[in-house]
Amino acid sequence: MEISVTVNGQLYQRDVEPRLLLVHFLRDELGLTGTHWGCDTSNCGTCVVWLDHVPVKSCTVLAVMADGHRVRTVEGLADAAGLDAVQQGFMECHGLQCGFCTPGMMMTARWLIDHNPEPSEEDIREAVSGQLCRCTGYENIVRSVMWAAAHDTGRGAEPIAERAGADTSREVQA
Amino acid sequence: MTTAEEHKTPMGYGRMHRKEDPRFIRGHGTYVDDVTLPGMLYGAVLRSPYAHARIVSIDTSAAEAHPKVRAVLTGQTLEGLNLAWMPTLSQDVQAVLATDKVRFQGQEVAFVVAEDRYSARDALELIDVEYEPLTPVIDARRALDEDAPVIRDDVEGRTNNHIFDWESGDKTRTDEVFAGADVVAKQDVLYPRVHPAPMETCGTVADMDAVTGKLTVYTTSQAPHAHRTIYALVAGLPEHKIRIVSPDLGGGFGNKVGIYPGYVCAVVGSIVTGKPVKWIEDRSENLMSTSFARDYHMRGEIAATSEGKILGIRVNVIADHGAFNGTAQPTKFPAGFFSVFTGSYDIEAAHCAVTGVYTNKAPGGVAYACSFRITEAVYFVERLVDVLAYDLGVDPAELRMRNLLRPEQFPYQSKTGWEYDSGDYPRALEMALDMAHYDDLRAEQARRRESNDPNLMGIGVAFFTEAVGAGPRKHMDILGLGMADGAELRVHPTGKAVLRLSCQSQGQGHETTFAQIVAEELGISPDDIDVVHGDTDQTPFGLGTYGSRSTPVSGAATAVVARRVRERARIVASAMLEVGPQDLEWEKGRWFVKGDPEAGKSIQDIAMAAHSSLELPEGVEGHLDASCVYNPPNLTYPFGAYICVVDVDSGTGQVKVRDFVAVDDCGVRINPMIVEGQVHGGLADGVGMALMQVMAFDEDGNHLGGSFMDYLLPTSLECPSWRLGETVTPSPHHPIGAKGIGESATVGSPAAVVNAVLDALKPYGVRHADMPLTPAAVWRAMQGNPLRTDLAIT
Repeated sequence: MEISVTVNGQLYQRDVEPRLLLVHFLRDELGLTGTHWGCDTSNCGTCVVWLDHVPVKSCTVLAVMADGHRVRTVEGLADAAGLDAVQQGFMECHGLQCGFCTPGMMMTARWLIDHNPEPSEEDIREAVSGQLCRCTGYENIVRSVMWAAAHDTGRGAEPIAERAGADTSREVQA
Repeated sequence: MTTAEEHKTPMGYGRMHRKEDPRFIRGHGTYVDDVTLPGMLYGAVLRSPYAHARIVSIDTSAAEAHPKVRAVLTGQTLEGLNLAWMPTLSQDVQAVLATDKVRFQGQEVAFVVAEDRYSARDALELIDVEYEPLTPVIDARRALDEDAPVIRDDVEGRTNNHIFDWESGDKTRTDEVFAGADVVAKQDVLYPRVHPAPMETCGTVADMDAVTGKLTVYTTSQAPHAHRTIYALVAGLPEHKIRIVSPDLGGGFGNKVGIYPGYVCAVVGSIVTGKPVKWIEDRSENLMSTSFARDYHMRGEIAATSEGKILGIRVNVIADHGAFNGTAQPTKFPAGFFSVFTGSYDIEAAHCAVTGVYTNKAPGGVAYACSFRITEAVYFVERLVDVLAYDLGVDPAELRMRNLLRPEQFPYQSKTGWEYDSGDYPRALEMALDMAHYDDLRAEQARRRESNDPNLMGIGVAFFTEAVGAGPRKHMDILGLGMADGAELRVHPTGKAVLRLSCQSQGQGHETTFAQIVAEELGISPDDIDVVHGDTDQTPFGLGTYGSRSTPVSGAATAVVARRVRERARIVASAMLEVGPQDLEWEKGRWFVKGDPEAGKSIQDIAMAAHSSLELPEGVEGHLDASCVYNPPNLTYPFGAYICVVDVDSGTGQVKVRDFVAVDDCGVRINPMIVEGQVHGGLADGVGMALMQVMAFDEDGNHLGGSFMDYLLPTSLECPSWRLGETVTPSPHHPIGAKGIGESATVGSPAAVVNAVLDALKPYGVRHADMPLTPAAVWRAMQGNPLRTDLAIT
């Protein structure tokens, strides 16, 4: 099937198998290997990306479902001017060790701060509870997101008008 | 260089940001599945649905006819290449692809190479295998029964499932001590089968260059040099034509020590097709076929006086090694370092006897941050001490304090032959008790018990001693390779340095920590030091990263090689300053003339001079570069005191970890931020194993933990906010006084959590229950009918 997907602001047109998973589309077709794959059952969340501003597990989304939509991955967090506060926070607070779950964690964290600029520890734990980390015991991930919220410049944030709830993007998953 | 906070440690550069992070936070890490080579093909493994079955026939013709399939390998194909079986790390052999029988569910039966990932998977379904099911051996405790089917009938003359018997300690003396003791507490303790489950599964990209004969293997390896040698031995390939590249690893925890059949198949696939072949296992393959951990069935006894002075400990162990003896531990230690089971206590005698058995389960045993079975040993002794406290009616913290080794006893010769290098145990336990407000907790617990609070409260105490940093090589080898590690340090003319190491990071931050050691020793900025690792063509030989070896062995090698560079710099400086080397004194970053601090040369100036036309005195031919192999004189012995507080819902059996205090002593901390991160991760492991994680089997040998739907790992919601404390007791024999830390928390924390839950259940008369303490297991224990957690039988 011919699909057109805007990933990190760039339009890609590809002919893909209907069964191709979004995670494999991003990694194998587009070479965006920052998004990782870690399980087959939607449990680990290392593959989290945004589909029209909503974090999704890209191992459970078909590439064809992203046709005509926008996807944002870890490669789209920083811009030419520098790192997003979430990326800086993970570095400041040692929120990563092996780095494998990190892109997914950061994508969720960015979404959380966009919707809850002053998250509590409980808010953060709840937000990342669908994602697994085997290295950090979550402690420094929580601290990293706290740091990011406190130092957020809004650089990596989505414009409010485009956020989930402000448009119909949730229907994409239906 | 930037620092997270101004917190100088003895190592000087303290909590500097990790040098690895800039690539990881941008999604620019390179893990094995990120490696793509021109013309690359994809492999997939067909696995056995049966735990034990004879292979009657395999028909691959339909798969071979698939338009995108390039090759199909079976055991028969590999037999033709003499590769159907490969050596394990424990002097056994393991089937690469099954020829005669399958011996565990998930065993490798065939390998397809196709043009893309999905086609390779499609083709697996086209392979027709006819099996004749056999009775499986699932219960390790029944593996040696007379009528148990013989699993390893590939070995001629084998009539049972016995692998080894191994003993440690003095049985006669121990029996005497037990005979004279006031109190003997007995307890069977199971450490069930678990899996390290790093977020990245195992995989390989094998690339055989048919023209040069050079094989490059990008692979998930914690021990790239050992892998190279093993590939040379297995495949008969010349070792200089093999290059192992272990790029960024998405966690390891012991899962990436061994060589798995899929790796070998990818290599053969590349040889057969002439193209690079990528094989990445899926999560179920990872959980069902690669290195599991533990599966120790321990029958223990502890002897004491009526006042609570521990006199002796003895234990008999049935060790379930699965269908092939594939554990990774030093040759002379078939039960790993389990014999440190005397723990942190001053006792008179101890003895253990371990029997290894085959079962119809995946091979392995030593993995998951276990420090070569010290996880089992620590959990065992800490459970037994709590059982003794229960029987004596003594507070478990008090009982430990009475029996801990005292600082003046170090170096301590244990009753099972270990020399503990240094420690101040009471100080660590006191700190943990203070941090936890232990007395207040006990008072709260008493109040709640008094009022029949249905929300039960439990306080668990655990103290552990680890032995990490194997060798020395004279005592410790793996497949004949002595356990030592190399380091090479080059200093460029402008004073920038490159450190090359034989160990490999799986997330521990080696590029940062080891740069910090060089920086400390030479006085140059960590920003000016690159650490190269994970590529056998670029690094010196060494045994790699597992058993918390990196800092004890490679960290020592780094300090030694940096000091060698410093001594070479001294000679060059003496020529520059026209004085004798003995007239020079070192301060960080420069040599100067004794008594004349103004007359000195910086390490950067010296590096340039060493490459210049300056005439150099004897002892330096030119440049400052040095290398070393570090053969550790002894292991290092980190230790710690952990306290866990839980609430248990008496109506549902649900456990909630409310607080966790961990006081760790790993000697000198190089980067405390990284050390604390290592501890955090291990504590989460402890919560997971104690409460959630288990790989159980049903009577047919079906694996009941084959996905993350069933093998439950702790999330952010099960983990509390960890509270850490530290004491520092340097290792006397390590060049910078450091000890290993990577596995301490995984080793120490399960006992603290389990002890806490059982403390909560004390009013129900529960003395012991096995991990994992799921709501069902807790409920059953409260009913006086504890679960056998490793088998799906009731």
